[in-house]
Amino acid sequence: MSQEVQLSVKDLLKSYDGTAEVLNGITLDVHKGEVVVVLGPSGCGKSTLLRCMNGLESYQSGSVTLDGEPVTKDGKNMTAIRQKIGMVFQSYELFPHLTIEENITLAPIRVQKRNKAEAQKEAQELLERVGLLEKKDVYPRQLSGGQKQRVAIVRALAMHPEVMLFDEVTAALDPEMVREVLDVMLNLAEQGMTMVIVTHEMNFARAAADRIIFIDQGKIVEEAPPEVFFTNPSTERAAKFLETFTYESKKKRG
Amino acid sequence: MADTGFSILFKGINFLRLLQGLWVTLQISLVSVGLSFVFGTLFGFLMTVKNRAVQGFCWLYLNFIRIMPQLVLLFLVFFGVTRQWHVNLSSWSSAVIVFTLWGTAEMGDLVRGALTSIPVHQYESAAALGMDRKLTFRYVILPQTIRRLVAPSINLITRMIKTTSLVEIIGMVEVLKTGQQIIDANRMQYPTGALWVYGAVFILYFLLCWPISVLAGKLEQRWKQV
Repeated sequence: MSQEVQLSVKDLLKSYDGTAEVLNGITLDVHKGEVVVVLGPSGCGKSTLLRCMNGLESYQSGSVTLDGEPVTKDGKNMTAIRQKIGMVFQSYELFPHLTIEENITLAPIRVQKRNKAEAQKEAQELLERVGLLEKKDVYPRQLSGGQKQRVAIVRALAMHPEVMLFDEVTAALDPEMVREVLDVMLNLAEQGMTMVIVTHEMNFARAAADRIIFIDQGKIVEEAPPEVFFTNPSTERAAKFLETFTYESKKKRG
Repeated sequence: MADTGFSILFKGINFLRLLQGLWVTLQISLVSVGLSFVFGTLFGFLMTVKNRAVQGFCWLYLNFIRIMPQLVLLFLVFFGVTRQWHVNLSSWSSAVIVFTLWGTAEMGDLVRGALTSIPVHQYESAAALGMDRKLTFRYVILPQTIRRLVAPSINLITRMIKTTSLVEIIGMVEVLKTGQQIIDANRMQYPTGALWVYGAVFILYFLLCWPISVLAGKLEQRWKQV
């Protein structure tokens, strides 16, 4: 991880109806090669923050910049900027009318005007890396949720993004399929991909993150390295949040 | 020869007349369906425009056409327009106008339904891949919309073909009317002719609609991943 700031969020303010603030002054710098995991209770604004980061969502004030270039919903050059920011959604959102390979090569061929054969070759290499090469000619509906999500990750990677955003990508998956997706993400982290991850998988967050950002009610409440955050959170709000993930046995032992 | 009514079909030029009647049915249907698909697609897009005046107009048009029986529409156009504006529309033009008005409304609603049934996330994931509106529409939205339109629009085509039998009311001699004429002309000679003639009409309609249904089934099978 270098000191170079890749994605920068400053004083981000976002409300839906002008009264209730979803994001209430978020400031966050993501460095090149850094893995930032965003945690927080549901409705705290973490998904909205992620969607602002690639201009899917508009905001009232503040700024989001990638390599110094502004990211806004209807801004100029957004198609160029979005190519540098890969995003993976909770519900996969593969294109149902295209085969797996076509899903992956569509944007490289049509947007980046890359050579078809070369795009296909890369798609196959990427599929091989996530263990899905034999599925290249099937349609999304023939895949399991975990497989679809791995394809969605590959589809984003095929655009050679500088940053990858993950929006609760395992939330819709059966528990036994969560691992295969998280492994792919861990692998990416190891290779030095800059990543911002919204998740509810605490163990994964602890293993993958360089930094944890804890958001509540549209504000960053705590920001810490994972070991510190999970063992010794400095705010009561974060401690309470972490408590909801631990269980005490009600059974009497012995 | 009064014992079997079957031969009524081949007496004189009866069968040729039935086919001529079928050709009239086919002509009205083809022209109306073709125009309805063009105007219906435009109307469908118009219905998705987020403007109250436009939406109000679309709602009014769709519901007017739907509530009004096709028979009434035929009278309205054929007799009403002539009387009101002294425009002398032939029954053929009146029929095509009415069926196009109807088909446009129904097709428009189908197109609107197909377009709006594409989840917003499809647009977003395309945008996240750096695709602009044009690319998104052409490669992501349009193919899915067309696939969703196959079954309902084929259903609409067959409905339109069948409903063209109403045009006899404004004086057109299509397949059903031809059949009735043949029956009437041979009532004495072939008392049971009606069964055979209507049977033949039934089969002709079937032959017209069945290939379309088969084609639709094939397309749906091929595109069932959506």
